[in-house]
Amino acid sequence: MHDAGKVTIGLVIFLALVSAPFWYNLSSGRASYTPEVEYPKDAESCVRDSAYMAAHHMDLLDEWRDQVIRDGQRFEETPDGGRRECSLTNTCLGCHVSKEKFCDRCHLYMGVEPYCWECHIIPEEL
Amino acid sequence: MRILIPLLAVVVLIAIGTVGGGGARYLFFVVLPYAGLAIFVLGIVYRVIHWARSPVPFRIPTSCGQQKSLPWIRSNNQENPHNMLGVIWRMILEVLFFRSLFRNTTTEIRQGPPRVLHNPDKWLWASSLLFHWSLLIILVRHFKYFVEPVPNWIIGLQNLDGFFQIGLPVLLLTDIVVVGALSYLVLRRLWEAKLRYISLPADYFALFLLLGITGSGIYLRYFDKSDITLAKQLGTGLLSFAPVVPEGLGATFGVHLFLVSILLAYIPLSKLVHMAGVFMSPTRNMVNNNRWERHVNPWDYPVTVHTYEEYEDEFRDVMKAAELPVEKD
Ligand code: HEC
Ligand code: HEC
Ligand code: HEC
Repeated sequence: MHDAGKVTIGLVIFLALVSAPFWYNLSSGRASYTPEVEYPKDAESCVRDSAYMAAHHMDLLDEWRDQVIRDGQRFEETPDGGRRECSLTNTCLGCHVSKEKFCDRCHLYMGVEPYCWECHIIPEEL
Repeated sequence: MRILIPLLAVVVLIAIGTVGGGGARYLFFVVLPYAGLAIFVLGIVYRVIHWARSPVPFRIPTSCGQQKSLPWIRSNNQENPHNMLGVIWRMILEVLFFRSLFRNTTTEIRQGPPRVLHNPDKWLWASSLLFHWSLLIILVRHFKYFVEPVPNWIIGLQNLDGFFQIGLPVLLLTDIVVVGALSYLVLRRLWEAKLRYISLPADYFALFLLLGITGSGIYLRYFDKSDITLAKQLGTGLLSFAPVVPEGLGATFGVHLFLVSILLAYIPLSKLVHMAGVFMSPTRNMVNNNRWERHVNPWDYPVTVHTYEEYEDEFRDVMKAAELPVEKD
């Protein structure tokens, strides 16, 4: 093998990069961690069914945002005939009172950082 | 046919992934990704060692700058490296910015009074640079599905990628760029007769496979969403070698993961191994010191030579008789 030293260094760097996630998880010891989010105690269900919410809540927020800001439609009808405000702070965080223990726990785990709170109020922090 | 076969191959792979993602979950979410990863790692190591064992007796760097010679002639250590520093700098530019591709030219015959024209062509360089960098950023971004806790710099990178905050989930620029660049790389081969002629099924297959992966990924993120906390459970499980197979990840996810497993296995078996090969290419990674260092061919064996003096000694009489000139009387 020519340049055995340099080739070995290269291969070691390659193997270190490929196995980096493994060592990272090993050292953090949190590979099997899953977030425990705190559900609202006084409500049974979300504004849509929960499977839809888990995957599509950002779509719903986008829809609501457009609806409120572009069409001025601040309310939507609920299946039982009532009215619901389409509001991030008032509605979502009205039920999910602790953003930190609900939205953030999951987002931290998934590595997403929605920029909404640059403007929108977080009631629990008031 | 050279285009259809690889296209069909990728379509078949997508079909297999669709079925597998729904049905044989353990096979498709655990066994095949591990197999792909193993082939990738061992394959790359094998190929590198294989390359390293082939002898490289001479210095054959391609040079396009003034070689170091007399002190008052300015030499170009980057284009014609005369020490290790020059080589390292040259390799860095090559690997990170594809400097040699920047010199790419097109050759065409001008009609009218026929003339051969060589024009600079930066499109290939630009699109491959965009493609490779996007792919790297996408790969790094994906580490958030494999490690816990997610390092802040990965989130930072993702936020930078979603800089324009278009839509929800935020549109990531690399998603657009990677598909655009890949499409250009495909169209380029289809468009020009010369390129179509030299393109092999393997060339198309790599591109179609990458389009399949990026396409399914984009479809997963923006359209057919599923609860991707499950994807992260799978990812961290896989890379800490304690696989869990969560229920509820759909067929599209199956396709995405299956195509990635195929890609991993395909890299060391194909031209995509250039990701390791670029570091091993002797026209790039050698110091051009032929003129002041003697490089002896290691497999030279002693050759019995018969010099002219010996020849003349042997045949002097005969040569003289035939009136041939001799050097010594
Ligand atoms: C009426 C109270 C209420 C409101 C308003 C509400 N939620 Fe929920 N949400 C719930 C409950 C209760 C659950 C748990 C449902 C279940 O487990 O079946 C839930 C579940 C969820 C989940 C799924 C969590 C998981 O672990 O799968 C998400 C995401 C979510 N909500 C986001 C939102 C967002 C975003 C809004 C605002 C658009 C919102 N919720 C408004 C009560 C509410
Ligand atoms: C630049 C500041 C800003 C940012 C960032 C921002 N919003 Fe808003 N948002 C507003 C303003 C202003 C309104 C209008 C408030 C009103 O008229 O009641 C609004 C209204 C809304 C509404 C409807 C009204 C209400 O009470 O909620 C929704 C839903 C919404 N935004 C969602 C989001 C989401 C989701 C994000 C993050 C992805 C976000 N916004 C980020 C400024 C912002
Ligand atoms: C069960 C886990 C979970 C919970 C709980 C949750 N989210 Fe999310 N959220 C996600 C995931 C995962 C994404 C990223 C989706 C993606 O990248 O495609 C996301 C993305 C978003 C985005 C889009 C951000 C972006 O940059 O694209 C917004 C806005 C958002 N969530 C708002 C909320 C709010 C508000 C709550 C609390 C009421 C909440 N989420 C609770 C999992 C969750």
